[in-house]
Amino acid sequence: MRAPRPFRRELIATWGFVARNIHLTKRYWGWELVWFVYSLTSSLAVAYIGLGTERLSGPGVDGNYLTLYLLVGTLVWSYLSQIFYVISEMVAWERWEGTIEYTFMAPSSRLTHLVGTSLFAVVYGVARTLLILAAAALFFDLNLVGADLGAATLWLFVGSISFTGFGILAAVMPLLFPERGVQMTNVVAALLLLISGVYYPVEVLPGWLQFLARVSPATYVIRGMRGAILEGRGLGDAARPLVLLFLGGLAMIVFGTWAFSLAERYAKRTGRLKRSG
Amino acid sequence: MDALSIKGLKKRFLKGRKGEVRALWGIGLRVAPGEIYGVLGPNGSGKSTLVRIVATLLLPDAGEVRVFGYDVVREARKVRELIHRVSTEAAFFKKLSPMENLLYGARLYGIPGRIAARRARELFSRLGLPPERVGKPMEQLSRGQQQKVAIARAFLHPPRLLLLDEPTTGLDPRSKREVQELILELREREGTTVFLTTHDMDEADRICDRVAILDEGRIVAQGTPAALKARVSRDGAEATMEEVFFAVTGKEWRDDESTEAV
Ligand SMILES: Nc1ncnc2c1ncn2[C@@H]1O[C@H](COP(=O)(O)OP(=O)(O)OP(=O)(O)O)[C@@H](O)[C@H]1O
Ligand SMILES: [Mg+2]
Repeated sequence: MRAPRPFRRELIATWGFVARNIHLTKRYWGWELVWFVYSLTSSLAVAYIGLGTERLSGPGVDGNYLTLYLLVGTLVWSYLSQIFYVISEMVAWERWEGTIEYTFMAPSSRLTHLVGTSLFAVVYGVARTLLILAAAALFFDLNLVGADLGAATLWLFVGSISFTGFGILAAVMPLLFPERGVQMTNVVAALLLLISGVYYPVEVLPGWLQFLARVSPATYVIRGMRGAILEGRGLGDAARPLVLLFLGGLAMIVFGTWAFSLAERYAKRTGRLKRSG
Repeated sequence: MDALSIKGLKKRFLKGRKGEVRALWGIGLRVAPGEIYGVLGPNGSGKSTLVRIVATLLLPDAGEVRVFGYDVVREARKVRELIHRVSTEAAFFKKLSPMENLLYGARLYGIPGRIAARRARELFSRLGLPPERVGKPMEQLSRGQQQKVAIARAFLHPPRLLLLDEPTTGLDPRSKREVQELILELREREGTTVFLTTHDMDEADRICDRVAILDEGRIVAQGTPAALKARVSRDGAEATMEEVFFAVTGKEWRDDESTEAV
């Protein structure tokens, strides 16, 4: 059989990664349901803190505002962390399945592998978050009249790019450390949750944590989303941070891909891709 | 041009703090196009390591490995287009069906899903995979059925050099025969070169044009099965491959037996 043209082959391979993950999602539907219920209930529980605070502290607190504030944080976090996990665990997942050597032996490029996985992560994350949002709308009286949804969408898009970069960078860990790698990526995700102001303004954190908050892309995405949804801040105000976040995200993807290829070489030199057999 | 040429190949692994394992220690061999070349050797002698290096999954420490002239380190992408490796253990997404696994594999090689699905169905029926299994999760298949799917996957995008790491281990005699026939037929029809490892001496004798016997990372014997058997035969009696194996690896099991008897 004749070899397909290189570009066409990479396109088909990209779809191969996406389709494979769709198949996996279907076959593991029980777990999908569990995670969905888990994300939904934890988002709802966090959002109810808004109404609860009003009840506890009296009318000085705007419970609806606080609820929306928390809901934006928890939904954006659930979306971004989803992207992060899907990408950063792609190596660990295939090692567990036992397919890693098969995938790494294929003639398609590693960039295709990363792009295909990221593409799935974004599409899957959007679908899941919209579902959670729709469900949450049944529980709360969400008032989005003043929101700038266009700006919010753009923030989410640019945030996806920077978290893709972050995920690729984190995916290096499981390549270098077959056992500890996934543990490390989980610690990274936990740290991001603490420092990025998901449930509170970062200004309440101690100084050194605020410093860390500045290097987390999630800080900017969540702040930008709140500006767009709670205060109706349009693109005019957000242009500069959006461009910076976008460029930072691209730089991280390029750097992450490069680091990944170095780590792949290291793994193949030391026999860490797969140990037994 | 050789289908596979290996010169001075060395590979060691670090074990713990200071220990190291010399998995391969100065391997040299050449495989001609269309040849079926077998590698035999005791457990841990380096067979899988050798196959992995050819498959671009491990980088050599020293030496040179070329597949149809392409260097496995510097021209890995080119090599990957020409090879396929079937491993001992089933490298599948366990919850996905044979068809879903093959679609994924085919697309990695640039074969569109529609064409891949048709070819996969042909291959499954030729290999005798029951049709009702094609849509069921891999984990519900028997070891032999999984191995057949792995071999079908290798033929989706027929490689010029097929690497088989113990392709028939764990198969019943009938399935073993079917797989062997398939390998022979593939060589006949497509001129595929096959590089395989095995613990089955009869298999090596039956289907390999030449074999190398590996022991502790070195080649201790190499040649056609007939020549090797002639080399160890005594008193004109025809030797078996098993006798060759014990003779050249120095692990004469009769030795142990006779010392026990004393
Ligand atoms: N990824 C790895 N990391 C560390 N050591 C390894 C690795 N792969 C192989 N080894 C070591 O290299 C040696 C050769 O192993 P290899 O798997 O190549 O043997 P084999 O001939 O295929 O054995 P078997 O017949 O049991 O399959 C063994 O001592 C093994 O422990
Ligand atoms: Mg082996």
